[in-house]
Amino acid sequence: MPLQLADPVAPAAESQEYLWTLNFGPQHPATHTTLRLILKLDGERVVDAIPDIGYLHSGFEKLGEHLDYNQYVTVTDRMNYISPLANNIAWHHAVEKLYGIELTPRCKYIRTILAELARVSDHLLCVGTAALDLGAFTAFLYAFNQREVLCEIFELLCGARFTTSYTRVGGLMYDVDDRFIGQVRDFLTRFPKTHSEVSRLLDRNRIFVDRTKGIGVLTKEDAINWSCSGPVARASGVTRDLRKDEPYLAYADFDFKVCCATGGDVYNRYLVRMAELLESLKIVSQAIENLPAGPVNVDVGGRAVLPDKNQVYSTIEGLIQHFELVMWNRGCPAPHDECYAAIEGPNGELGFYLVGDGSNVAYRARCRPPSFIHFAVFPMLIRGHTVSDVVAVLGSLNIIAAELDR
Amino acid sequence: MLNDTTPKKIEDRFGAGTLPISSFRNNVRLTCPVQKMTDVLRFLKDDCRLDMLVDITAVDYLEYRGARDRFAVIYLLASTETNERLTVKVFVNDPDPVLPSAVPLWLGAGWLEREVFDMFGIRFEGHPDLRRILLPDEFTAFPLRKDYPLRGRGERHNFPVLTRTES
Repeated sequence: MPLQLADPVAPAAESQEYLWTLNFGPQHPATHTTLRLILKLDGERVVDAIPDIGYLHSGFEKLGEHLDYNQYVTVTDRMNYISPLANNIAWHHAVEKLYGIELTPRCKYIRTILAELARVSDHLLCVGTAALDLGAFTAFLYAFNQREVLCEIFELLCGARFTTSYTRVGGLMYDVDDRFIGQVRDFLTRFPKTHSEVSRLLDRNRIFVDRTKGIGVLTKEDAINWSCSGPVARASGVTRDLRKDEPYLAYADFDFKVCCATGGDVYNRYLVRMAELLESLKIVSQAIENLPAGPVNVDVGGRAVLPDKNQVYSTIEGLIQHFELVMWNRGCPAPHDECYAAIEGPNGELGFYLVGDGSNVAYRARCRPPSFIHFAVFPMLIRGHTVSDVVAVLGSLNIIAAELDR
Repeated sequence: MLNDTTPKKIEDRFGAGTLPISSFRNNVRLTCPVQKMTDVLRFLKDDCRLDMLVDITAVDYLEYRGARDRFAVIYLLASTETNERLTVKVFVNDPDPVLPSAVPLWLGAGWLEREVFDMFGIRFEGHPDLRRILLPDEFTAFPLRKDYPLRGRGERHNFPVLTRTES
């Protein structure tokens, strides 16, 4: 039976000696990554949870002040490594806003497709492992099977499954080819079957529903007050989705819905993610069938992108620009100003606050990490539930420690 | 993005020219003195419907060309109803950078302010639990300050090493 939140939680006695402390992590299979929770328990009931984070802190923001706008994309891969392409796109989305670069239509479409595929791979992992932690092994295997297909598509795209680093200022590393388009189409036809299999395994599964319904309830007011975004906020009834609210890339061209729920518990977060998978699929299929032709990088006159080899060897402008961009002390100067730009990442609003100082290296590169903000809510969500609910709530928030600690 | 009426509202409430508003690439910024900060944030939250705190961060302008103040603490606000966005910048200076906490307004500010404290050493008065969050408690420096070197000051090498027999 789901617990009632009205159950008495605070210990009645003056002394709290009967409470005992349990260290959950930093290395525990259900945290998925390296984070630690200090749980205060009354029997099996969690009285308080104190998160202790920072085990994976690697100074990404400091590095951002020393690597140039193209180099830093390799670091963004390592933030939320479940959906690295979304981080790449978020980073260069902010950089291009700072520079004031308008992308080519083809690049916008390709980035939209990749952002949605990254969302699919992130949601598959989140749903799969959340089910795994609750004992549903089969759903996890189905989800990971399709995730493997996506990883192969990414490998075809840029030679790496996780450390993609695919975007560049003003464009992409390479254009996509017909094989990529074929594989994505193939994925689009096969994926709905997996989706329905996973949802038939879990949606009305007695054990799964009992362990997720009414657990970790986040109200709409709390979701806004705690700065939540993405599926976590949408499962609580906040209708905010940057793809609709501030259409970036090519999202304004497509027909899709914003998936919301009102329950705000672990089960609703699962339902929102499952619904978003199908919406992502709709976006990808519209984008891949209407992929515009033309160049993938912005015009060389903008001085931001490397010219292709043909231009380097046959024109003086191309040669000069290649030299300017490749020499470590040159590069394309950014404006002496600052701006913030965000995309709707798989986990929530993923944004970068950039301060440019007239060089090709950011003066400050702040990342707004959704995992960090969602994990702050965790102690409130888990208070009053049992130890076994810790993994359910943790899985539903999709905390990725590399993004949490950066 | 900001609706046309909101700057007018702010001007009416706090007087013309007291809170300079500028804009760059569609990002609207409002600069606010520390003394008025709590009032301004509360006004923006309650009366301008900027109900969501997206992020709190800071910038150290030590080596920045044309900067007069050392630190800026930046509040990114958004509205879940009208999709407006507004950036509020508050400048603070050495030797004791301190400003009032936004936790009474937004609970989500708790960890974000802890991170700013951890990385920049800017204190937030009234914060319920202002401890380091990402770095260990015994760390003494503030690594995102511009006078802190990229490779650190040897903190890592000076960590006490625990051998297998001692543990």
